[in-house]
Amino acid sequence: MTALHRLTANRAAVCAFAIVFLVTALAFLGPLCNPNDIETLDWAHVAAAPGRIGAHWFGTDRLGRDLYARTLEGIRVSLAVGLVASAISLVVGIAYGAVAGYLGGRADQFMMRFIEVLSGLPLIFFIIFLTVVFGRSPYLLFLAIGAVGWLTMARIVRGQTLSIRQREFIEAAVASGAGPARIIVRHVVPNLLGPVIVYATLTVPQIILFESFLSFLGLGVQEPHASLGTLIAEGAGEMESAPWILLVPGGFLACLLLCLNILGDGLRDALDVGGEI
Amino acid sequence: MTILAIDDLRVHFDRRRTRLHAVRGVSLEVAAAECVGIVGESGSGKTQMFMAAMGLLAPGAEAAGSVRFEGTELLGAKAAALNRVRGSRLAMVFQDPMTSLTPHLTVGSQLSEVLVTHAGVSWPSAESGALRMLERVRVPEARRRLRQYPHELSGGLRQRVMIGMALLCDPALLIADEPTTALDVTVQSQVMDLLRSMRREIGMAVVLISHDLGVVAGLADRIVVMYAGRIVESGTAGDILERALHPYTAALLQCVPNLHGPRLHRMPSLPGQPPDPGTDAPGCAFAPRCAHVTQRCKAERPSLQIGPSAHAVACHYPLPA
Amino acid sequence: MTRYFLKRLAGAIPTLFIIITAAFFLMRAAPGGPFDQDQTLPPEILANLQSAYGLDRPLWVQYGRYLDALAHGDFGPSFKYKDFSVTELIGQGFPVTLELGVVALCVALTIGIPLGTFAALRHNSAADHATMAVAVIGIAVPSFVVLPFLALVFGLYLRWLPVAGWEPGSIRHLVLPVVALSLPPLATVARMTRGSMLEVLRSHFIRTAFAKGLPLHTVVLRHALRPALLPVAGYLAPAVASIMTGSLVVESMAGLPGIGRYLVQGALNRDYTLVMGMVIIYSTLLIAMGLVVDLLYLWLDPRIRFGR
Repeated sequence: MTALHRLTANRAAVCAFAIVFLVTALAFLGPLCNPNDIETLDWAHVAAAPGRIGAHWFGTDRLGRDLYARTLEGIRVSLAVGLVASAISLVVGIAYGAVAGYLGGRADQFMMRFIEVLSGLPLIFFIIFLTVVFGRSPYLLFLAIGAVGWLTMARIVRGQTLSIRQREFIEAAVASGAGPARIIVRHVVPNLLGPVIVYATLTVPQIILFESFLSFLGLGVQEPHASLGTLIAEGAGEMESAPWILLVPGGFLACLLLCLNILGDGLRDALDVGGEI
Repeated sequence: MTILAIDDLRVHFDRRRTRLHAVRGVSLEVAAAECVGIVGESGSGKTQMFMAAMGLLAPGAEAAGSVRFEGTELLGAKAAALNRVRGSRLAMVFQDPMTSLTPHLTVGSQLSEVLVTHAGVSWPSAESGALRMLERVRVPEARRRLRQYPHELSGGLRQRVMIGMALLCDPALLIADEPTTALDVTVQSQVMDLLRSMRREIGMAVVLISHDLGVVAGLADRIVVMYAGRIVESGTAGDILERALHPYTAALLQCVPNLHGPRLHRMPSLPGQPPDPGTDAPGCAFAPRCAHVTQRCKAERPSLQIGPSAHAVACHYPLPA
Repeated sequence: MTRYFLKRLAGAIPTLFIIITAAFFLMRAAPGGPFDQDQTLPPEILANLQSAYGLDRPLWVQYGRYLDALAHGDFGPSFKYKDFSVTELIGQGFPVTLELGVVALCVALTIGIPLGTFAALRHNSAADHATMAVAVIGIAVPSFVVLPFLALVFGLYLRWLPVAGWEPGSIRHLVLPVVALSLPPLATVARMTRGSMLEVLRSHFIRTAFAKGLPLHTVVLRHALRPALLPVAGYLAPAVASIMTGSLVVESMAGLPGIGRYLVQGALNRDYTLVMGMVIIYSTLLIAMGLVVDLLYLWLDPRIRFGR
């Protein structure tokens, strides 16, 4: 398969994939190597620099919590949110786009207008506003994050559906008596694989970014759990005295986002999917 | 006096793993005030030849050989040297007037900038120069047109503007690449008339590139026939049109619709396709489509033989007179 | 052309109106109120407070009074910052936020566009690849990671610039926040310009421009740039949205006294009027940006002027 060849020839993408894999492995297997947990307050070593003492390899924060354990949990939370929310927005986006593309005409126009209007709004303000109205809740968090990724996906899927709809095998399926739902699921969806993979890969870092942003502002994941965003927020306060509290989670976040984006770009080149940005 | 001398010009494009040959060793001369018609189907290399001369080859294309214009070598020349010649002494008109003008600049400013760049005049006086040229190429309401944008003009008018733009600095040579192909027939003859009268007025040489022998016949002193990147026949217009030697030329002549001849039920056409530019098969390139093909034709490539009155042909068995 | 603009303006005002109305009723309809977080107050005092702020009147009356106050430029009192009205808070903070945002946008455009053009002209060279690699970093890494990193390097270690804080009229304090804020839009603008420029350079009219013997800088600046900028113009509104979003974080991290923190704090404190005020300000900015972009399109491509 030439697409796979193109991807493996792209050294940057391969590197990026390797790094993502290693970081994920570290996040899940890392705690096994270290005795500390995310909650214990080590009063003897408050805001300690990274080192060997007390197995605080990444140091501790200002409450004495081990940064290694917390950072790895942060990675786990960020990845989990990223993947789950991406999956949700993927499903919603594909469903919405496929239906819009299949129906065509006025229904399609209306559905696309709705997406246009939503795309124009800076989501963060909408979320903040909802927070004022409904208070902080984990449901709101997931709603918010899911709202980020599905728009582009819906657009892409709708475009592909529109073009596929014209092709002959759809006419054949309709002629043989297949209903719209069946056609969408069995004929339209398998042809969307390429662009969907690419944008899914690019949506994950987008969502992780958005979630970290919310967490940084205090609107996201709540105590005692921490995502990378929360950790960065904590670290920001200690920047001058204990920079590692910010640099370690910040570094991991930057690394993850960068590699996921490079991987997404590489996939896009390999699968020959067009598009801006 | 020769103003353009092309010597063994080769142009190729490198795509992924194949090399596509557009021009495979062409030599050609154009004398001052002469009109040379270049005829061939798409892919014959007739356009790429002159794109190479003008330094307008697409990225990824390479040219080898020599193209000398008024003594200066154009291939591989530095941008500054090329720009001194292009647009002033050596001008080109393209086949798609609808997309060849910059959409966001007025017609007047696109004309004026040629004068400002090459003649070093100020913008106001360049504008009067532009106005005069529009009148010369017979654009009605010239003053109004100066301030309009290209999309406000019809295709025929746009082509006139393009021709005017090329003639602003009294070029020694004008290359017209399929100038009428995108226009309808009535407009076509107007544009050809324009070229004829401008050529008389300025006394410049013209290279007229076309796939249509009929268009070329009206203007050319000499005709060069190209096929698959090579010249297959060349000579005076009279020689080519009345005494064609190469089977391809003869076939082209047959394809020109004739209003005066007997009424045919079917338009004559040439069967087959030109060879793939990625290959370099031995033998004559026209062999697969030639009605008179022999074994020798398929094995040995004929070279260009020059006969009396500079009538040259590349064929093992040229047609009898 | 002015008719087109006026039509767009007329369309924008109802949009703003709808946003204000929707926000107002949504806020009031939600459970809880601005005084919930305070320690439990005796009911009489609570009633007094509600009355003082006009919260005991019917919704329609409150709405009417709010609109009336808005028309006079009064956003109402802040429920949490008891000594200030929202108008005053906005007045204090808005200039800072505006300065930050405008400078960041200008930086993104004045560096992004030439960078993208440069990369397009040196297509497939080392410089091109390097520029695009840096662009990916700009797009991927969020501003709240970039800023602390920059602050550490340039503020703490090199001591060239202040780490945080702000003084009126100071440029030094703006440098790091502007850099962090402008990086993502800059990277996007650079990538867009490059892609668009590459396409435009293949156009027939660019071929004509070269054939006329025009020097490279003339062809690029006079003939290629305007069409190439069309997609970038389309990106302006999202760029402003991105900068507005980023400013929330950058302002708090860099200690800039802008209005961003009011939005977040207002949300956490359920300070109705403050959040409303912020929503109105930000929405107005975005809508205004949309109008500016429309005007820009007209200039960039004359064909649009005639509705083609």
